[in-house]
Amino acid sequence: MWQMDATDKEIVNGLQGGLPLCERPFLQMALQFGISEAELIARLGNLLKQKVLTRFGPMFQIERMGGAFSLAAMKVPEEDYERVTTVVNALPEVAHNYRREHDFNMWFVLATETPEGIAHAISRIEAKSGLAVYNMPKEKEYFVGAKFTA
Amino acid sequence: MSIKLDVIDRAIIQATQAGLPLTPRPYHDIAEQIDVPPEMVMRRIQAMLDNGVIRRIGAVPNHYALGWNANGMTVWDVMNDHIDELGQLVGALEFVSHCYCRPRHLPGWRYNLFAMVHGRNRDEVEAKSAQIAELLGSYCRAHSTLYSTQILKKTGLRI
Repeated sequence: MWQMDATDKEIVNGLQGGLPLCERPFLQMALQFGISEAELIARLGNLLKQKVLTRFGPMFQIERMGGAFSLAAMKVPEEDYERVTTVVNALPEVAHNYRREHDFNMWFVLATETPEGIAHAISRIEAKSGLAVYNMPKEKEYFVGAKFTA
Repeated sequence: MSIKLDVIDRAIIQATQAGLPLTPRPYHDIAEQIDVPPEMVMRRIQAMLDNGVIRRIGAVPNHYALGWNANGMTVWDVMNDHIDELGQLVGALEFVSHCYCRPRHLPGWRYNLFAMVHGRNRDEVEAKSAQIAELLGSYCRAHSTLYSTQILKKTGLRI
């Protein structure tokens, strides 16, 4: 089984903060890790392929663009879980979806271009799944931040 | 506050939402793809970093793959009059990665304060959750921890 080596860990930890905006950003970062630009690019590709990274690129805050985010939850009967997962995941507005241990056992994040988009997405999910969706948009944000060290 | 994005900003977002090209000159490659000068791509991205449309450019780790196996969404039923001050305190704890106030859905869902707590195992999450409980004291009437057991989807934004 493939495992991260010390350089991979440095890359995962060092690249959560920010990639520079310049012509050769990977070259600049590679110097910091003591490897070549080509090796950094290859290692990033592999970290994505191995699913150590889910993404590499800009992280957008859709609210700043006039769009909306919301967290929503459902109570899905176990025997129906697979079907409802398919229904929910089929919507492009669903950015993340997690199974959690609770009566409320499906939790997903909706990201839409307009605030009304959230309500539309929820109605579509309710219509297709036949189940209630509990919308829990954030009313206040107290903190967003921690990094994960490898 | 909503920031006006024009057709070039939107083209940049669409070209990068699945990820930045893993090439030696990624911003130049985006520029070529959307047919604008590379300086403009970098200038626009810088502007979006400045106004918060882009939080940062970087690696988004899969915390499970890094050994952060226990992912607990701790939820708390906190008295409304005190939630802002207590939310700030909970959010300031070093192990809380996200902290929000969200609406209740009574009678089924009574919790209004959400704090994400990560640990290498559930014992670690329980110990951290106990610290939050101590902080909230009698202002908290009930709480629960919802562990994630499966990522069903994780694609991020698509516009």
